[in-house]
Amino acid sequence: MAIWIEEDAKVLVQGITGKQGMFHADKMVEYGTNIVGGCTPGKGGQTVDLQGMDFPVWDSMTEAIIATDADATVIYVPPPFAAEAIMEAADAFDSIKGEGVVVCITEGIPTLDMVKAVAYVNNRPGVRLIGPNCPGIITPGDTGGAKIGIMPGHIHAKGRIGIVSKSGTLTYEAVAQTMSINEGQSTCIGIGGDPVNGTGFIECLAAFEKDPHTEAIIMIGEIGGNAEQEAAAWAATNVTKPIVGFVAGATAPPGKRMGHAGAIISGGKGTAEEKFEAFRAAGIACAMDPSELGKVLLESLKSAGLR
Amino acid sequence: MNIHEYQGKMLLRAAGVTVLEGVHCTTVEQALSAYDKLGSKVVAVKSQIHAGGRGKGTVMNPATRDVVMEGGVKIAFSREEVDTYSTNILGNLLVTIQTGDEGKLVKNLYIEAGCDIAHEYYLALLVDRDNKSVLIMASTEGGMDIEEVAEHTPELIHKVTVDANSGLLGFQKRDLGMALGLSGSALKSFGKMLSSMYTMFCNEDCAMVEINPLVRTGADEIVALDAKISFDENAEFRHKNWDDLRDLSEEEDTEIRAKETGLSYVKLDGNIGCLVNGAGLAMATMDVIKLYGGEPANFLDVGGGADEEQVKTAFSIILEDPNVKGILVNIFGGIMRCDIIARGVIAATEALSLQVPLVVRLAGTNVDEGKAILAASTLNIHSADDLAEGAQKIVALIGGEQ
Repeated sequence: MAIWIEEDAKVLVQGITGKQGMFHADKMVEYGTNIVGGCTPGKGGQTVDLQGMDFPVWDSMTEAIIATDADATVIYVPPPFAAEAIMEAADAFDSIKGEGVVVCITEGIPTLDMVKAVAYVNNRPGVRLIGPNCPGIITPGDTGGAKIGIMPGHIHAKGRIGIVSKSGTLTYEAVAQTMSINEGQSTCIGIGGDPVNGTGFIECLAAFEKDPHTEAIIMIGEIGGNAEQEAAAWAATNVTKPIVGFVAGATAPPGKRMGHAGAIISGGKGTAEEKFEAFRAAGIACAMDPSELGKVLLESLKSAGLR
Repeated sequence: MNIHEYQGKMLLRAAGVTVLEGVHCTTVEQALSAYDKLGSKVVAVKSQIHAGGRGKGTVMNPATRDVVMEGGVKIAFSREEVDTYSTNILGNLLVTIQTGDEGKLVKNLYIEAGCDIAHEYYLALLVDRDNKSVLIMASTEGGMDIEEVAEHTPELIHKVTVDANSGLLGFQKRDLGMALGLSGSALKSFGKMLSSMYTMFCNEDCAMVEINPLVRTGADEIVALDAKISFDENAEFRHKNWDDLRDLSEEEDTEIRAKETGLSYVKLDGNIGCLVNGAGLAMATMDVIKLYGGEPANFLDVGGGADEEQVKTAFSIILEDPNVKGILVNIFGGIMRCDIIARGVIAATEALSLQVPLVVRLAGTNVDEGKAILAASTLNIHSADDLAEGAQKIVALIGGEQ
């Protein structure tokens, strides 16, 4: 069990004929993800060789979903075309199945393109957008599983901890921390560090709370914006499972952009200190150093009587 | 990416927003002929730097740091005053609340015609992360520090959220204008100005437009008296004109070079250089260094797929900072393989004949190969298994807590 993506989910790859798309599609197949083909406009009818097997390519997402009954798509399309790829996928999932998960890995999409794309996706309530500028989502299985994104598959194992994070490599750090105390993961989601994105913390927390196989949650935030504070306040009254938190950027100077477009403190709003305080006020156990996430998680599991 | 006020006003004028006549100058002679050309008895002499608080700033001699004049924006009532103010400002430092103590060298001036001000307002357009849409903020308290207004009298800040599906609607412009107490022709002028500004915000891929003050003139016209505009750098690919608007002298040289190599670098004040993959992990690495008593010298994200060459460039950029007394490399390999990073680190250390202590923490893809490569080298590289150990080691190696 997991959230949104089951181990055997059928997955399409948008931009599958590009360098990035092909490289990561190959890694996903190697991990055991049920890749059912891909979409690159103008290259329909071709096939792509992944791990020695041929996978079909379609010209449009509508054709691809009708042919494969896919559950999800992952986008490796370059920034100028990525927002439109999101909208194409959302439209196709909505009109054919009424639902679907769209994972956008692309980094560097113009913010105003994302404002449009998010509004477009929100008009199609059955469609979920994860990202952009994120590592993706992974539900480890007993053998293989569904890895939809760019995360290193081999560091994961099936288990009972849900992870949600704004940052890519810091998510891997959190995964390694769960493994250090012999815990696996139910689902790990990178929601992305851009100022305007799809799925947020609260939706992930709500889904983990409902998932009977998730026992505890790790939540990793970053400086900038209000999302962590709002999620903490929401969790205080709506989440019964233990949550462990970390926020990156305590030492970042105000007004400077730290790689992620969203990771900027402006006007005294969205500092790490503010976010840690909101976490503590909501009863979230905080690690001040990501190398201690495992230790804090184990303590939380024990005091909740789960270990 | 930020641009100067005079450039912002060119964009605003082209978009149909009313701005005053003005001339961009780089010499005192140009400033004087601008004064003659404008034919306005009263003009504003405005320092052009990428920072706010210019009016309340201090002009200093860059060598002696003696105070030359208070205020980087001056109202001149005569040709002589234009001469004095321009001479005082050009080639000197302007220190404001936003520049830090080092201040910024002023190389550009904007000479602008005077204006009959009835009231000053505040106006800003930006992308609101919470609502995931464009937000327009306005206040009757123009010319002031808007953070103060937000803190003490938040009811004086009025907001309109633009629905991406429908765009800015007529009633939203009227509501905002009326909230500012506007009526009649001033309200109409405000609505027209807002439409033009919103269109420009979208067409130019702005991250923020701040007009402080926006003024109502005695004749009930709405005029943008200042213009602070920044662009969303992700959209650079569709704006060829940004190259001309970019003032490289306003940006850190090392930050520009890092960007050209595909690295993301921000210089800080500490003495422990960091080289990390991923923005979140890079920030966390800085935090943990501080947690164990050190001070990070920089933020440096080598990205998802750095090669040996990029690692070398990253090292050389870190080492250009004379404050750096030690380096911590923290890599969690996903796409990036630890063995490649290890080879890059060794190549860079040799090529740059590294003198300062180096701690390397590797995890993830091909970590064992990476660690073996480092262990086999004769170079003085300290290895760490996790971030905390890495941070503690480098802090100890440079001589303990600061």
